[in-house]
Amino acid sequence: MEGTLDTGTVLLILSAAVATYLTRVGGYVLITRMKAIPPRMEAALNAVPAAVLTTLVAPAFFSGGWDVKIAMVAALLVALRRPGLLMLGVGWAAVMICRQFLGL
Amino acid sequence: MNRSDFREGLRGGVIVALSSAPFGALFGAVAVDNGLSFLETLLMSATVYAGASQLVGIELFGQRVEPWLVVLSVFAVNFRHILYSAAMAKYIGHYSLAQKALAFFMLIDPAFAEGVRRGESGQGVSFSWYIGFGVVVYLSWSIATMLGAFFGRMIGDPASIGIDILLPVYFLGMVLAFRRRPGFGPIVLASALGSVAAYHFVGSPWHVSLGAAAGIIVATLLPLPAPVAESASPEGGEA
Repeated sequence: MEGTLDTGTVLLILSAAVATYLTRVGGYVLITRMKAIPPRMEAALNAVPAAVLTTLVAPAFFSGGWDVKIAMVAALLVALRRPGLLMLGVGWAAVMICRQFLGL
Repeated sequence: MNRSDFREGLRGGVIVALSSAPFGALFGAVAVDNGLSFLETLLMSATVYAGASQLVGIELFGQRVEPWLVVLSVFAVNFRHILYSAAMAKYIGHYSLAQKALAFFMLIDPAFAEGVRRGESGQGVSFSWYIGFGVVVYLSWSIATMLGAFFGRMIGDPASIGIDILLPVYFLGMVLAFRRRPGFGPIVLASALGSVAAYHFVGSPWHVSLGAAAGIIVATLLPLPAPVAESASPEGGEA
């Protein structure tokens, strides 16, 4: 591990950075070009948070073992009442208990 | 600059910083393991700044995949941000051009989810809040990357200290924050089924785009909510 910079690698990283930035600006540029947003499209945009975030959760739940499943259900029950840091703590504690004491 | 908004942003950012830092460290360790130097690893976290795509990119880089394919894969994993910036448009229209440019650079999953939640609840997405939130997460991501790159192999298996559970749990909380929205149940069901199916039959990272598409298509097919009843503000404290 040296502190060097390889030109090809740096170009690759910067290209990836530009590609990423384009995705972060692109939607805004497209949507502000439109004069009026049709209601169905508005509905689609409103669905974005739940639709995208779910894809970061569901496969982790279903492909995870019992430790992960139990921890996520425990976190879900907490989150329904008190979202935030407590939910993270409960999820972490549950997964550690499953692994250390229950051998899941 | 609104100081109380800024402080609220910092506070929200700390939660995200805590739950994402292990993955920043993981990326740092994996990147060095795959042949990036310390500086290159930091450069990637500091310029791409999108965790999942960084891990995918570094994995392909390590396998000596063609550079254009690496970039295309990073683009594909990050494609969801197009939807984010479109959905954020109505909340950040009042930013100056430079503020927008910076805000989009920092438009990560939690910034989007928290931003929309704030916007809908009427708190407003002030630049003070956004930058407070963004700076904490950005700095912690960069620092975690450096620690991971530096201490690399000492981290070992993230599962052994339970940090692998943090991000899924965090995102679960974010999903729940939107549970009062019209169509929440069908949208989440479609996204969950779509992403799990895509995860098994197509593979990661495509399950994100494909699963999201399933949920969004369902949303467009649902009956439109009555225009008056638009006050469905999402639930949730300071998740």
